[in-house]
Amino acid sequence: MIKPVVIVVGNGMVGYKFCEKLRAKSADFEIIVFGEEPRRAYDRVHLSEYFAGKTAEDLSMSTATWYAENNITLHLGDPITEIIRSTKTINSQKGIVLKYDYLIMATGSAAFVPNLPGVEKDGVFVYRTIEDLDLMKAWAAKSTSGAIMGGGLLGLEAAKALIDLGIKETHVIEFAPRLMPRQIDSAGSAILQQKLATFGLTVHLNKNTSYIAGDHKIEALKFNDDTELPLDMLVISAGIRPRDELAKLCGLEVGLRGGIVVNQSLQTSDPSIYAIGECALYDQMIYGLIAPGYEMAEVVAANLCNAQKQFNGFDMSTKLKLIGVDVASFGDAFITEPDCRTIIFEDTHKGVYKRINISNDGKQLLGGILIGDAEAYSMLLQTVNNKIVLPPNPEDLILGSRGGAAAEGAGVMNLPDEALVCSCEAVTKGDICSAVIEQDITTIDGMKKCTKAGTGCGGCIPMVKDIITGTLKENGKYIKNVICEHFDYSRQELLDLIRINKIKTYDQVLDTFGKGDGCENCKPPIASMLAGLWNEVILKQDTIQDSNDRYLANIQKGGTYSVVPRIPGGEITADKLIVIGQVAKEYNLYTKITGGQRIDLFGAHVMDLPAIWEKLIDAGFESGHAYGKSLRTVKSCVGSTWCRFGLHDSVSFAIEIENRYKGLRSPHKLKGGVSGCVRECAEAQAKDFGIIATEKGWNLYICGNGGSKPQHAQLLATDIDEATCIQYLDRFLMFYIKTADTLTRTATWLNKMDGGMAYLKNVIVNDSLGICQSLEEEIAGLIKGYVCEWKEVVDNQNLKKKFNHFVNAPNEKDPSIKFEPLREQKQAAAW
Amino acid sequence: MTQTQWILACNTTDIPENGGACVKINDEQIAVFNFTRRGEWYATQNLCPHKKQMALSRGMIGSVGDTCEPKVACPFHKKTFSLLTGECLSGDECAIKTYSVKVIDGKVWIGV
Repeated sequence: MIKPVVIVVGNGMVGYKFCEKLRAKSADFEIIVFGEEPRRAYDRVHLSEYFAGKTAEDLSMSTATWYAENNITLHLGDPITEIIRSTKTINSQKGIVLKYDYLIMATGSAAFVPNLPGVEKDGVFVYRTIEDLDLMKAWAAKSTSGAIMGGGLLGLEAAKALIDLGIKETHVIEFAPRLMPRQIDSAGSAILQQKLATFGLTVHLNKNTSYIAGDHKIEALKFNDDTELPLDMLVISAGIRPRDELAKLCGLEVGLRGGIVVNQSLQTSDPSIYAIGECALYDQMIYGLIAPGYEMAEVVAANLCNAQKQFNGFDMSTKLKLIGVDVASFGDAFITEPDCRTIIFEDTHKGVYKRINISNDGKQLLGGILIGDAEAYSMLLQTVNNKIVLPPNPEDLILGSRGGAAAEGAGVMNLPDEALVCSCEAVTKGDICSAVIEQDITTIDGMKKCTKAGTGCGGCIPMVKDIITGTLKENGKYIKNVICEHFDYSRQELLDLIRINKIKTYDQVLDTFGKGDGCENCKPPIASMLAGLWNEVILKQDTIQDSNDRYLANIQKGGTYSVVPRIPGGEITADKLIVIGQVAKEYNLYTKITGGQRIDLFGAHVMDLPAIWEKLIDAGFESGHAYGKSLRTVKSCVGSTWCRFGLHDSVSFAIEIENRYKGLRSPHKLKGGVSGCVRECAEAQAKDFGIIATEKGWNLYICGNGGSKPQHAQLLATDIDEATCIQYLDRFLMFYIKTADTLTRTATWLNKMDGGMAYLKNVIVNDSLGICQSLEEEIAGLIKGYVCEWKEVVDNQNLKKKFNHFVNAPNEKDPSIKFEPLREQKQAAAW
Repeated sequence: MTQTQWILACNTTDIPENGGACVKINDEQIAVFNFTRRGEWYATQNLCPHKKQMALSRGMIGSVGDTCEPKVACPFHKKTFSLLTGECLSGDECAIKTYSVKVIDGKVWIGV
């Protein structure tokens, strides 16, 4: 059988996507691609990441072998120069002559360069291809100021590129009175402008450039209001121009302002020639976004395979992160009263602007704009596209529910099955649900592979996650909290198995109860269980520890570590403070007081850690376990020793408790606090355990935490003496260590517990399970077995040897580590 | 195609069991992994492409899936990479370079 020949003109994102889609549908076509650029199709949407460190290969849409594997012939650096429609033949620049059955024009667009005197000067660039980027990069190395002409979506992307290139002074020049005039309104633009200013970007609106001044190379921009802006470089991003010259040459119909005219099937005026992407003009419109381009590729691929599919225009809603600022625009963003009603929320303090346009009867959402916080975008877009009836208080959509029960996440499962969730890859809610139900896909990675949802711009990923979880719940699937793919047990089950079977090493645990070779998800929790059960120095099995536990320090940006000596209760002598100062000075460390009343020393090279600790240990310090899932600090107020209100000696009690539980390995970090009176200066009620002095003794609170979801600790016992307090704490901590899931703080552990605080109180205070004696014995064993991990290292030459960056050059530091000055100290270089 | 050049990197005892360490070869940082559990050795670039940190050698190794594809997880943000192909297994489009390793008489050689 002779296969029909499909020739694709152009190898951009849409051309590539067309090949992918056609090949997925049928093997019965011979596909030949001609591209003008020297490399395989790459991701132009994320072009600015090229300057943020991605390579051309990283940006590539496919692997090097993809075309061959899919039996597609690819001619790079060889544009088609002529189409002879009468004989259905093409000629390429390098002289290839081929006959086609179908020709797909995917020639994309070029940067539009206005006819401005001086555009030919050196230092003037366009922003379109990797070659353009390489030219910019070379020039930027000797430039300190630069500007983008055009404040649209692409222009702001280009501005990010200039910032990433290290241009100190970056300007954006826009002819219109606002930024992104096609997507956002003036108020939104003002907020965006204010946000961008904090990143060092100066925006000039209402500016009409008259010419580019300079002798051969650009020196300044002159505006028609007689002002000027001195510049070293200029990037023009004033819009796009469809690449329709080849189409024009062979007599295809093109639009007045450019673009190859297509019908609903994306056929041009010649039925065997199709046009897709930014070169196609459908219904007087060029679609300059990636999602409609992909949709066009889908329509043509389907039609070639005899499926009836039509292109009916495309929703130009978009959400993106511009220089770190969320910007989204959806539905009819610009409709105004009296055709609709608008609800606007503006917060110039945080830089957030939200506008929704609703129908006059208050029932439908028509469109809107989000700046600074676009979390609600996916849900709002779905509400518009699926004509979901608005709640009685539509402002809740942008402000969240205030007062009353929050209906968080409940929304996604109410969407109809045909709701488009991933518009880049045209994946509906129904597709995702059926992948969960029929193919048992329960992870984002799996969903990406199975449906391609979330592989384009990635904006839909949170919603995809919610739909996966929602579907699982709706189908009554039991979501067992197994540790990872290698173990079919929860942490609690595995802990019991390890204890009962007296297993001492990770490999034994894996061989006995697991499968495969383990991973980063199961190694640290099992390491913590082994440490908790058998009390061995964690460095004996160092490679199953998370990096922080492996090096007994916290890895920080740039690859250096931070050092936190224990300062129990926050009490420290002048002599010890001096030693910390001397060590910091000797090793050039950045010092900061932590929230837990101790001192953190940042920027230590891994090879310096043993020497630093040797000096600290000599001065009487011990490891602070800031690197471990273990007891951090017991914060205290000064109490009755100095404070005129203090009832008891909170510092001494805090020190006693911190020393009692130091080194204890637990499912997550543990923090405590002791306050000397009800004024609560130690903020004990925000800790995993908090103790507050009363007239008659101490009140004990448990299961509070700060962090992302702050929660107050709850009262466990009142007016107890110190011995009882410690007894309850012993029971509480050991019960938590034995029953909580990995990485679950005490507050979350309690929230999930059936019966809640009443149950927990019964276990700890009334010994309702009859386990208190064994809990006390077990924790006593752990307390007795405590050793300072850093002392073990300092005393052991073999352990010390592990603290090198290069094993074959032990005295060399990692040369890639860089610092930047910060006030009188330093900080890690930006990544 | 250029010939693989074998360079002596370190002793087998320099690399911890079921873990990795970094060696310096021609001013390049290479992470060497001693996958004792499988009796296999791997080498990759030490740089994690995600945030450009010289850290992969300090990552935890393990396997993924029914095929037990060997992998390493960067200690910074737990991006995982195949030790066989260098492909990013966390769904990102970045890959790392891998090198051949051979072990002869307690010495580790890297092919560059």
